[in-house]
Amino acid sequence: MDFNADHFTLFGLPRVFNVDLGVLDARFREAQAQVHPDKFADASEADRRLSMQWATRVNEAYQALKKPLPRAQYLLHLAGQDVGAENNTAMPVDFLMEQMEWREAVQEARQAGQVDELEDLHFRLRDQIAERYAELGALFDQQADYPAAADLTRRLMFLEKLQHDIDEALVALEDQ
Amino acid sequence: MALLQIAEPGQSELPHEHKLAVGIDLGTTNSLVATVRSGMAVVLNDEDGRALLPSVVRYTPEGEVVVGIEAQAEQARDPKNTIVSVKRFMGRGLEDIGHVESAPYDFQVAPGMVRLKTRAGVKSPVEVSADILKVLRTRAEAALGGELVGAVITVPAYFDDAQRQATKDAARLAGLNVLRLLNEPTAAAIAYGLDNGSEGIYAVYDLGGGTFDISILRLSKGVFEVMSTGGDSALGGDDFDQRILCWISETAKLAPLAAMDARLLLTKAREAKEYLTGHNEAPITAKLTSGELVNLKLSAEVFNDITQTLVAKTLQPCKKALRDAGLRPTDVKGVVMVGGATRIPAIQKAVGEFFRQEPLTNLDPDKVVAIGAATQANLLAGNRNPGDDWLLLDVIPLSLGLETMGGLTEKVIPRNSTIPVARAQEFTTFKDGQTAMAIHVVQGERELVSDCRSLARFELRGIPPMVAGAPRIRVTFQVDADGLLSVTAREQTSGVEASVAVKPSYGLTDDEITGMLQSSLEHAKDDAFRRALQEARVEADRLLEATEAALKEDPHLLDAGERARVDVALEKLRTVIQGEDRHAINHGMDLLALETNEFAARRMDQSIKRALAGKRVDDVKIGEEE
Repeated sequence: MDFNADHFTLFGLPRVFNVDLGVLDARFREAQAQVHPDKFADASEADRRLSMQWATRVNEAYQALKKPLPRAQYLLHLAGQDVGAENNTAMPVDFLMEQMEWREAVQEARQAGQVDELEDLHFRLRDQIAERYAELGALFDQQADYPAAADLTRRLMFLEKLQHDIDEALVALEDQ
Repeated sequence: MALLQIAEPGQSELPHEHKLAVGIDLGTTNSLVATVRSGMAVVLNDEDGRALLPSVVRYTPEGEVVVGIEAQAEQARDPKNTIVSVKRFMGRGLEDIGHVESAPYDFQVAPGMVRLKTRAGVKSPVEVSADILKVLRTRAEAALGGELVGAVITVPAYFDDAQRQATKDAARLAGLNVLRLLNEPTAAAIAYGLDNGSEGIYAVYDLGGGTFDISILRLSKGVFEVMSTGGDSALGGDDFDQRILCWISETAKLAPLAAMDARLLLTKAREAKEYLTGHNEAPITAKLTSGELVNLKLSAEVFNDITQTLVAKTLQPCKKALRDAGLRPTDVKGVVMVGGATRIPAIQKAVGEFFRQEPLTNLDPDKVVAIGAATQANLLAGNRNPGDDWLLLDVIPLSLGLETMGGLTEKVIPRNSTIPVARAQEFTTFKDGQTAMAIHVVQGERELVSDCRSLARFELRGIPPMVAGAPRIRVTFQVDADGLLSVTAREQTSGVEASVAVKPSYGLTDDEITGMLQSSLEHAKDDAFRRALQEARVEADRLLEATEAALKEDPHLLDAGERARVDVALEKLRTVIQGEDRHAINHGMDLLALETNEFAARRMDQSIKRALAGKRVDDVKIGEEE
């Protein structure tokens, strides 16, 4: 294993969006089985430090590839395509309008304490997100259209944040 | 020897390359030490055959440190110098500790961690814990016949950085090489999973004396992966005792309690709680220092009523941990119960209802953590057999964050990240020519810094003077496999390594630890010699007594010649026991053992024949193995 290799190479995986999650899990465990600090508990101080760095590196790579959004961001980063999360916030007006409607619905449901309504929003949004990840897979793996992939990734960042907020609202209501 | 020393752990004949490693469960109420012998994890008993060492330390007027059951016996008489449940104070300030008013100690406020004023001086909880660990270390070294290469010490999964660091410091102070700090539920999962070859999602519900943990793990072939963890590091069986104490005070209309009375009634409360595990009603009788008599009956119904909120309080973290793992209660294949408090019927019922299944109680909830820790210690020491290997992937229980403008927290490493984990963050200056900046690291989930635990405050110095916003200071937060944090910083544009005082704002400084180590080392050689001599004497005394008793019981098993040789060996041992030579005592014991070998074998034979159906057979088997 090469410490400075990219995350895909580290696990011996092709650089694609639709990674085989089963293989990723297995490779992650194989890698940790080799480098984890527990394997070096009676080794020298230097070796133990090295093992910790390696295990940290393997965990970082796994986290970056396990979930679709960080994986998309990482693929864009490797392709040198700016996802524009910070300086390119200009999104199409219709998308932003849609987002505002969603947020209003979430807020209303939360204030009214409507758990059912929030759950409904959660599932509706989940389906939308899944559809877009399917599109994103095609953009990355078939069409290699990185600017379009960056645009869709940016939208997905909004949607994932929205999903997170819905879940938080649900938790807040449940805990009351 | 077997029958004469049934209760004696004895000395095992280990292969040369086998390294002596132990697992230690440093509990709020009880502590245990376990090891792997001939491929089996076993809890090591004390001389009287007791596995559990009460986590009670007493500093006597004679300047002795007494730990365990003898200390516990004196707690009501000498409450200020008898420290119980010290784990609750580890890495904690006075403001973090519940029930301060009913705790009978002279607390001293100290930066970061509270101190206790005793007749032996002001003690840090780290020192008190080290006194417990020393006893366990001595027990293990006596049983295993050599110096330990290392120990795995367990901590509640929900312990934060301050509590973990304090535990590691205590082990260091006790002269233990810490192979790993292991989360208690994870240790239990190892003990359970390796035993049963289980696969799937498991929950470990661990209610100890003073801490509550819930961990959700995925067990698959050779991998224990913690998916999420939650809990409350200030909730445990002690709180149930506390509720009973309040109930006693109210029901018997007692005046505010003196320290001795409070301790006495707490003991009575604990006894009542334990009694209710098998009964519907527990009598509580006590005589207070004023002469006032307390005579009450606590029914199971009332007990469940007054502790209902505590039980409910444990289910909230269960919910959260499942949510963090993205799972529902029905996804869980088994719920492992750990900790003495899980014997409370109402808890078993509540947990069963929550996870919609009967919880697993087939492993002793008091021992399972120590067994798992010993198993892991054996692996880490490099003793494993070929093919016998597994991997443990644990997580950090609480998010690490930084204080930002306005006293808000910015998360740097989210909770339940698999460890080891590192995250780098860039900072810049907000004033022209600024050469230093303060960084405040906190741990917790809350938005306001004041609601989180402050871990470290440090200053980055030596930043090259530049216009505001130009320096790029990269601060790296590294959490190691013990769940402990370290911080490094570097200014990127100039390459200057900013000096970082990483030592956290709590607990003991390195100087303090060194000082404590030195003072204990000065006495150590002397202490060790006297201790070894004392132990040899105690052991020889016991052997003498046991042999004499056996001779009285079964004189017919020896012929006259055999009897004469045994008598000579007895006399020799009685003589050397008076002297100061430990080796002579050991030699005398060996000689007596040799001469009584055949006698013991005959006695065992006879006893097996006599009591084939009783538990005696188990004792004999244990004896044989030794």
